Amino acid sequence: MIELWNSLPEVIRILLKIVVILAPLMGLVAYYTLAERKIIGYMQIRIGPNRVGPRGLLQPIADAVKLMFKEIILPTRADKTLFIIAPLLTLAPALAAWAVFPFDENLVLADINAGLLYILALTSLGVYGVIIAGWASNSKYALLGALRSGAQIVAYEIAMGFALVGVLVAAGSLNLGDIVRAQSGNVFTWFWLPLLPLFLIYFISGLAETNRAPFDVAEGESEIVAGFHVEYSGMTFAVFFLGEYANMILISALSATLFLGGWLSPLPAAWVEGVFPLDSGFHWLLLKTFFFMFLFLWFRATFPRYRYDQIMRLGWKVFIPITIVWILVVGLAVVYKLPPWWSA
Amino acid sequence: MLQTMRDYLRSLLLLELFQGLGVTGRYLFKTKFTVQYPEEKAPLSPRFRGLHALRRYENGEERCIACKLCEATCPALAITIEAEPRADGSRRTTRYDIDLFKCIFCGFCEESCPVDSIVETSCYEYCFEERGEHIMTKERLLAIGDQYEAEIAAARAADAPYR
Repeated sequence: MIELWNSLPEVIRILLKIVVILAPLMGLVAYYTLAERKIIGYMQIRIGPNRVGPRGLLQPIADAVKLMFKEIILPTRADKTLFIIAPLLTLAPALAAWAVFPFDENLVLADINAGLLYILALTSLGVYGVIIAGWASNSKYALLGALRSGAQIVAYEIAMGFALVGVLVAAGSLNLGDIVRAQSGNVFTWFWLPLLPLFLIYFISGLAETNRAPFDVAEGESEIVAGFHVEYSGMTFAVFFLGEYANMILISALSATLFLGGWLSPLPAAWVEGVFPLDSGFHWLLLKTFFFMFLFLWFRATFPRYRYDQIMRLGWKVFIPITIVWILVVGLAVVYKLPPWWSA
Repeated sequence: MLQTMRDYLRSLLLLELFQGLGVTGRYLFKTKFTVQYPEEKAPLSPRFRGLHALRRYENGEERCIACKLCEATCPALAITIEAEPRADGSRRTTRYDIDLFKCIFCGFCEESCPVDSIVETSCYEYCFEERGEHIMTKERLLAIGDQYEAEIAAARAADAPYR
């Protein structure tokens, strides 16, 4: 096997690695949309889509086929190039970020030292797609959506960055694998406990970053139709959709990695060594990621959209002060080796 | 001062948001209300007012005696009746049209009918495919009455004690 692998040309090997990561991810995105409709339906005491295939399981495929065959409409006097590039700009960073993501103790595509910086850079890039889409559409609703999105990202990017600074102070590393290893122990040595405020702020900023309810002013159904993507149809719209859901999965996986100990088992390693379902491994990461993905849907089913000024107030006047204070607290805890997290 | 502090703490701990999550979380497991329409149908009252029909007596004679009470009472002016004496001398309608686009399904025609001729059936699954089909003529109304007579009679019988 190894010989066969090494005999392949470099390009093929890279492509295979990409496919191995992206194919399951795309499948997950497709079924995440179904899960969203089902779960939100259940929360609204209805049963959601159930006509296509058994229990509606083929619904995402039907949706995809429908979108592929729809016409892509270019608005008059829209900037053609930017109009087409914009959806790709939201999707690409959400996919590229997986390159440094540790799925397991040894399973990571690029084990680089600046992993956290790379992730921070890529998750912020997504908003350019939104802004460019709003601008290139030559439509007032789209432009308004883009403006809102821009202002929101600026506000929440800072809080998110500070939350990540807290993580890197606590872990003493920018490498995602090392960050997970720094949390090893049991469920209480994971960073969610010492960094609880940062954890909440990171996830809520993640909601804002992905333009999900209750921070979906960029889309703002009831105010500005569909916000930045009013003018998009067919496959271009589908790519926006894929990007949004891929981003949600990415934020979920990152929250699981940075604060809930990634692939680590919640039980102490000495107890569960070699006992499969309880032992540390990829399945724990998957479980934790699913938990956050479910939270995304739960929040959407529960909370009404924040008013614009409320979003700004929350971002600037609540999150940023809290993160700054907590970074100080974490810094002191690390310097004075507060047990059980930094005793070693 | 204390109140402000308490409010501040409450909003900071996201208490109300967690309450909201609790509500939706509970509803996730509730029995669903959805009626899967073509396979399942919601139960109908015997008083349900759907598509109209003209009934006949058991011997096949049409009930309608062209008294035009329904036409007079119809608030939407949806009913048009023309009448003439038949060959045997009895008074019958020559034309009995209901415009379903005008009809508001109030059931006054049925209430006013002295011979229980015009009735509203429980049929609500109908459509028009051609222009003009929304005018229900006497022939079509009688045909509907013939088709659903058993149902109509059962519904009338069920509701009779309350009339």
